[in-house]
Amino acid sequence: MLLGRTANGLYWMFRYIERAENMARLIDAGLRMALTKTSDAPEEWSSVLMSAGVKIGYDSKYAEYNAGLVSDFLLRDLNNPSSVMSCVETARLNARMVRTALTREAWESVNETWMILKSTLANPIPETDLPRVLDQIKRETAIIRGAFHGTMLRNEIFNFARIGTFIERGDNTARILDVKYYVLLPSISYVGTTLDNFQWESILRSVSAHRSYRWVYDVEYNPVNIADYLILNSRMPRSLNFCYSNIVDNLRFLANDYGRRHACHDMAEGIMTLLQDNDIRTIFDSGLHEFLSDLIYQTNSLSTKIAEAYNFD
Amino acid sequence: MKAFDEMIKTGGDVRPPYEQLKCWLDTQNPERLAQKALDAENVFRKTGITFAVYGDEEAAERIIPFDIIPRIITGNEWRRLSQGIEQRVMALNAFLDDIYHRQEIIRAGRIPRELFTHNDAYLPEMVGFRPPGNVYTHIIGVDIVRTQENQFYVLEDNARTPSGVSYMLENRETMMQLFPELFQQIKVRPVETYPKLLRQSLAAVAPPGCKGPPTIAVLTPGIFNSAYFEHAFLADQMGVELVEGSDLKVEDGKVVMRTTEGNRAIDVLYRRVDDSFLDPLTFRRDSALGVPGIMDVYRSGNITIANAPGTGIADDKALYSYMPEIVEFYTGRKAILENVPTHRCSEPDTLKYVLENLADLVVKEVHGSGGYGMLVGPASTKKEREVFAAKLSANPKNYIAQPTLALSTTPIMTEKGLAPRHVDLRPFVLVSDRIRITPGGLTRVALKEGSLVVNSSQGGGTKDTWVLDD
Repeated sequence: MLLGRTANGLYWMFRYIERAENMARLIDAGLRMALTKTSDAPEEWSSVLMSAGVKIGYDSKYAEYNAGLVSDFLLRDLNNPSSVMSCVETARLNARMVRTALTREAWESVNETWMILKSTLANPIPETDLPRVLDQIKRETAIIRGAFHGTMLRNEIFNFARIGTFIERGDNTARILDVKYYVLLPSISYVGTTLDNFQWESILRSVSAHRSYRWVYDVEYNPVNIADYLILNSRMPRSLNFCYSNIVDNLRFLANDYGRRHACHDMAEGIMTLLQDNDIRTIFDSGLHEFLSDLIYQTNSLSTKIAEAYNFD
Repeated sequence: MKAFDEMIKTGGDVRPPYEQLKCWLDTQNPERLAQKALDAENVFRKTGITFAVYGDEEAAERIIPFDIIPRIITGNEWRRLSQGIEQRVMALNAFLDDIYHRQEIIRAGRIPRELFTHNDAYLPEMVGFRPPGNVYTHIIGVDIVRTQENQFYVLEDNARTPSGVSYMLENRETMMQLFPELFQQIKVRPVETYPKLLRQSLAAVAPPGCKGPPTIAVLTPGIFNSAYFEHAFLADQMGVELVEGSDLKVEDGKVVMRTTEGNRAIDVLYRRVDDSFLDPLTFRRDSALGVPGIMDVYRSGNITIANAPGTGIADDKALYSYMPEIVEFYTGRKAILENVPTHRCSEPDTLKYVLENLADLVVKEVHGSGGYGMLVGPASTKKEREVFAAKLSANPKNYIAQPTLALSTTPIMTEKGLAPRHVDLRPFVLVSDRIRITPGGLTRVALKEGSLVVNSSQGGGTKDTWVLDD
C-alpha cells in the first residue's frame, strides 16, 4: 500500500528523468543531421521539436530554427516544461515529495543531478560545448538509473517508477517514428540515396540504436528493418514492444500484490498482444502513420487509466 | 560583560568536560579539520538537509551551517536539566488540561483571565474535551540558555510544533562519520533512538477505540514548507506515511488517507501544520493544508492529533512570564529551571522602565517567532531604538522585555582557528504514557562574533551536542 500521491510522484519522477534523457538524445541526433550538408537544417530542427512534442511552444517564442535556439529551448528554457532543466526540476520536486519511498542513494542521485545540471545549464551553452553537455546529461540520468536499480526493493514503489519510465519511453519512441514515418515509406525516388541513409541513421541515433541495429540486422540500413526494430523487436530496450512488455510486467506485479486487476491491465495487455502478434509488413500495409498515432493516443489513455486505478489524485 | 565559556575558564584552564576533546583538537592538523568541515557541508547539501527561507528567492533552499566542534554537557549537568524539563512539561500538560476545563489557576488568582480571552492561541473548540491519554503537548522543544557554571534559564517552551530534531540526529550522524575515533575515546550518550521513541510515544496515545497497532502518519504542509526535510525525515525514520491535506478526508467518522488500494484510516496524526490550518470547517476557511471535518473526528475520539490543537496557549510569550507560578501551582514545587526575568510592557510602570532602558534590554513581540520583530538592545543603533520605541509605545501589550543575558559561549571552527560564539540549547521531549527526554538536543550557535541571535533564519548554525555518559 502506498499513498496515491506517492505512486503519482514516483510515476512522474521517472517519466521526467526519462524525458530529460530523451531530450538529450534528440538534440544529439539533430546536431548530427544539421551537420549533414545535404539536409535542410531548419527542417531537421523543426522535426526535432515535433518529436519532442514542444513545437507549438517553440513557435510561439521563436520565428526561426537553428541549433542555438532549438538546443537552448530544449535544454534550458524553464518555460518549456519538457526542457532538460524543467524535467530535472520536476523530477526532483517529485523525488522530494516521495522521498520517504526512496533509498538514500536513489534520492541523492537525483539531488546531485539537479545540483550539477543546474550549474551546467545556468548559462547558454556554446554550440562547441553541446556534445559535452549532452554526454553529461546522459551520464547523470544513467547514474540515477543505476542507483535506483542497485538499491531499491522490487516492490510496488519500484513498479510505479518503472511504469512511468516505460510509458514515457514508449511515447517517445512512437513519436520519433511518427514524425519521420514518411522517410521510412517505400518510395521509388528516394530508395538508397545518401539523404535517406542519413535520415534512417538519425532515427536510430535518437534512440541510441544505430550500433545495435547492425548486430541484429544487416550492415545496410533498410527502412522496414528499422521500423521492425523500433516497434516490434522484443530485446531492443527502447522498442515499443519492449516498453509494453515492461509496462505489463509491472502492472501484473501490482495486480498480484494488491490482489486486484483494473481496466488498465486489460488495456496494456491488449496493446502488448498487438505488438507481439504483428509483423512489420502488415503494419506498413495498413498504414504506419495510423498505427503510430493510434499507439500514441492509446499510451496516453493508458496513463490516465493507471492514474484512476491507483488513486493518483 | 564577559560571557561564560563552556570550554575555557577565565585564566585559560580547560573545563573538565572538554579536556579530552581539547587534547584531541591540539593533535589535529588544522587543514585536515578544515577539510572535514567542508566534507560535512557537502554531505548536508547532497543529502538535501535544507530549509527554505521565505521571501528569499536566491536562497530558496539553504543548508544550516554546521560547526564541527561539539558542545559538551556533563552527566551531572544533564541530570539537573532533565529534572527541570520533566517538571516543566508535566506542568504544561496539567496547565492545558486545567485551562480547557475547570480553570482552577484563574480562580486561584494566579494568572489573569485576560490572557486567554483575546488570545488566538486559545481554542474554544477544545473546552471540555480531553485528548487520548490526557496528553496535550506530546512533542516539546524547550529552549534553554546558560549564563554561568550553574545558571540555566528557560527562554521559551516550544509546546506546539517544535522543529530542529532532524538536525540533532543528522548532526550526530555526520560527526560519527567524520570523527569515529572521537566517539571511541569519549563516551557520549546516544540520540539516535529518537525516531523509535517518537513512534512508541505516538502509538501509546492512540485513540481508545483503536485495536491492534495504530496507523500513524505525519502531516506536512508540503514540499515548499521550510521544515519539509524534517517532516520527511521523521516519517521515514519512523516508517510511517508522510501525508498532505490533499491525501486526507473524513469518511464514516474516521480520517482516511487515499492509497493505491483505496482509503485507509489513520489513528494518530503527528501534524506539522498550525492549528489555524488544520480544519477549514472549524478554523481558517481558506486553508488547503488541512482536512475538512478533522476536528469533529477528533472530538468524537476517533483520531489522536499530536500536538493537540490549542496547545499554543501554553507557549505564548504573554504567558511565559507566569511560568514560575504555573509550575509551582501544578507540581507543588518551585520550578527547578528558572525563567528569564520578564517585563510585561502592558503594565504602565514597566513600559516606562523598558523605554528608558531599551539599550540594555531584549524586547520581543508576544506572538513573534524565529527571532523576527525583536530588538536586541545592546546590539542596536540609536536609530533602531527610536523606531522600535515608537512601535512599542503604540502597542505595549504586544511586547515583553527581558534583560540581555550573557549567553554562554563555546568554540567554533573559524578560518583563524577556534573562536568562542554564543549558543543556546533545545532539548526534545516526548510525552505520552511517560516522559522521554533525548540526552542533549539541538545546540544553535550565533556564527557572527558577538551576536546573540542563534536563529537559523538569521545566520545561526548548529552543533552536535554531547551529553557525557559519566
